[in-house]
Amino acid sequence: MSDQFVLETQGLVKEFKGFVAVDDVNLKVKRGHIHALIGPNGAGKTTVFNLLTKFLPPTRGKIFFNGKDITPMKSAAIARLGVVRSFQISAVFPHMTALENVRIALQSFEGSSFHFWKSGGSLDRLNERCMELLDSVGLMEFADTVTVELAYGRKRALELATTLAMEPQLLLLDEPTQGMGGEDVDRVVELVRKAAEGRTVLMVEHNLGVVSKLCDRITVLSQGAVLTEGDYQSVSDDPRVREVYMGTESTSTEVAG
Amino acid sequence: MMAESANASEIRASIVQQRKADDRKKLMVNLVLLALLLVAPAVLYPVFLMKILCFALFAVAFNLLLGFTGLLSFGHAAFLATGGYTTGYLLSTYANVTTEMGIIAGTAAATLLGLFFGLVTIRRQGIYFAMITLALAQLVFFFLVQAPFTGGEDGMHGVPRGYLFGLIDLQNNTAMYYFVLAIFLFGYILVQRIVTSPYGQILKAIKQNEPRAVSLGYNVNQYKLIAFVISAGLAGLAGSVKTVVFQLASLNDAHWHMSGEVILMTLIGGTGTLLGPVVGAAFVVNLEYQLSQGALADWVDAILGGIFILTVLAFRSGIVGEIQKFLKKNLH
Ligand SMILES: Nc1ncnc2c1ncn2[C@@H]1O[C@H](COP(=O)(O)OP(=O)(O)OP(=O)(O)O)[C@@H](O)[C@H]1O
Ligand SMILES: [Mg+2]
Repeated sequence: MSDQFVLETQGLVKEFKGFVAVDDVNLKVKRGHIHALIGPNGAGKTTVFNLLTKFLPPTRGKIFFNGKDITPMKSAAIARLGVVRSFQISAVFPHMTALENVRIALQSFEGSSFHFWKSGGSLDRLNERCMELLDSVGLMEFADTVTVELAYGRKRALELATTLAMEPQLLLLDEPTQGMGGEDVDRVVELVRKAAEGRTVLMVEHNLGVVSKLCDRITVLSQGAVLTEGDYQSVSDDPRVREVYMGTESTSTEVAG
Repeated sequence: MMAESANASEIRASIVQQRKADDRKKLMVNLVLLALLLVAPAVLYPVFLMKILCFALFAVAFNLLLGFTGLLSFGHAAFLATGGYTTGYLLSTYANVTTEMGIIAGTAAATLLGLFFGLVTIRRQGIYFAMITLALAQLVFFFLVQAPFTGGEDGMHGVPRGYLFGLIDLQNNTAMYYFVLAIFLFGYILVQRIVTSPYGQILKAIKQNEPRAVSLGYNVNQYKLIAFVISAGLAGLAGSVKTVVFQLASLNDAHWHMSGEVILMTLIGGTGTLLGPVVGAAFVVNLEYQLSQGALADWVDAILGGIFILTVLAFRSGIVGEIQKFLKKNLH
């Protein structure tokens, strides 16, 4: 297997009681790319993410990360290996401060996470790195704010900082701009661009303006199966894509224009 | 850039300051609690106080799961009873088993049972978790009814209190009280340490957003299992001590009522805090005692049920939580 691809799936299938949500998907994600996974609602994008991170067991098929078969591995182990996902619905620890949110991710590799006899102060040495990460998403002055009190856009930025704290090789982002207005979307585009430096990103994104700005390669999913794959130009010119992806052009001009 | 990082270190320093201030506040509360408990036998009947402390320890143990891990166990009576019966059996049967050994053995038995319960249930979520813990606890109840050495329906009576370290006669209620107090403090401080530790942070994260904790590389079942086992062990410790205090192990301790009662105590006192279950236990034990003395003796369960519903509907944070909220509002 070539090491050109960070992630590869072979014949990935997920059936829910006879309903095929993911249908024989062969995905190849190139190292260093920002790769988009697009498709209409219910196409199976989130389900693919759930399979890749083993939040759901695949019905059939195999998943390779850096050429290693990770299909039998558990979610937590996959995350520690360097495949870290975000969620379609903002995923934070609401009753912790922003700094504590990021610190949970750092603790994952720090080896003290089972130490129930140590004082809370023993975590202070991670705070400096937390501040750097918060600063990188523009949240430094909110370090001590309890997360529920943050605005939606900031919660998503915090989520990204927490994910980045894991130093993932492959970042899986499920609609990072969902529910955001223009300015926030631009900020997220910048954050993702920055986050993608030195790593690979696979992202689900409905906003085609964002896709055209960020992504090197696009896979279109429809009814669980791969419809087509290519760069933005070839995918957006494909009549089949327009057909399944109603509103393609209006969405893209609306946001990109 | 320079200005920014100076700013960062300032914020960082103030966060650490804040935590230290919180630690000091916690220490003050602990010291006040300790002072109160040290002088309490001068005012109140020691046996009554010991009952409160045993249930307080039981509720603190339970709250490690409900309040700090987000797991609702409906089978904690099994651990209380296993601790109590093991200690009772050993102390009544073997003259050479000391009181300390009896209590340690009871705690160990409950810890082991906790490991077994935990391995069976920990993968389950929400109501399924609660129901399976209940089912397993019912098995323990039937075992204690049927087994030849438990005294069946009557339970075990006349368990000797013995001597502490072979020296101090625990038949003396004052001596017994301070022994119970020391054990209670051990459990309380242990749980306090756990919930503020690096491990406690992970428990909190799991409680607040389990899938996110998984996606950050945490094998959440292991973390939950450890909390479950510690909780079971401390509940067993409470049961062991209770058996020594009252010199009996009773089927009441194994009944599902008891699992419900500890939920009640914890919710009434407040799940979000360490002190909540202690206050809740004191409140419930006291109320049951007061009611049993008067004309309302037959209404104890109904009244407790009513208070429970009121708490769930109107005072979600419990007694301690509501007081904290009030203080916060009025001190700023
Ligand atoms: N756990 C589940 N059980 C049963 N069906 C499911 C489950 N998860 C997803 N599905 C179904 O699988 C299909 C694909 O869902 P999925 O969430 O992957 O779509 P999506 O492409 O992410 O859509 P969206 O753009 O709306 O987020 C849908 O029809 C959905 O109802
Ligand atoms: Mg989705």
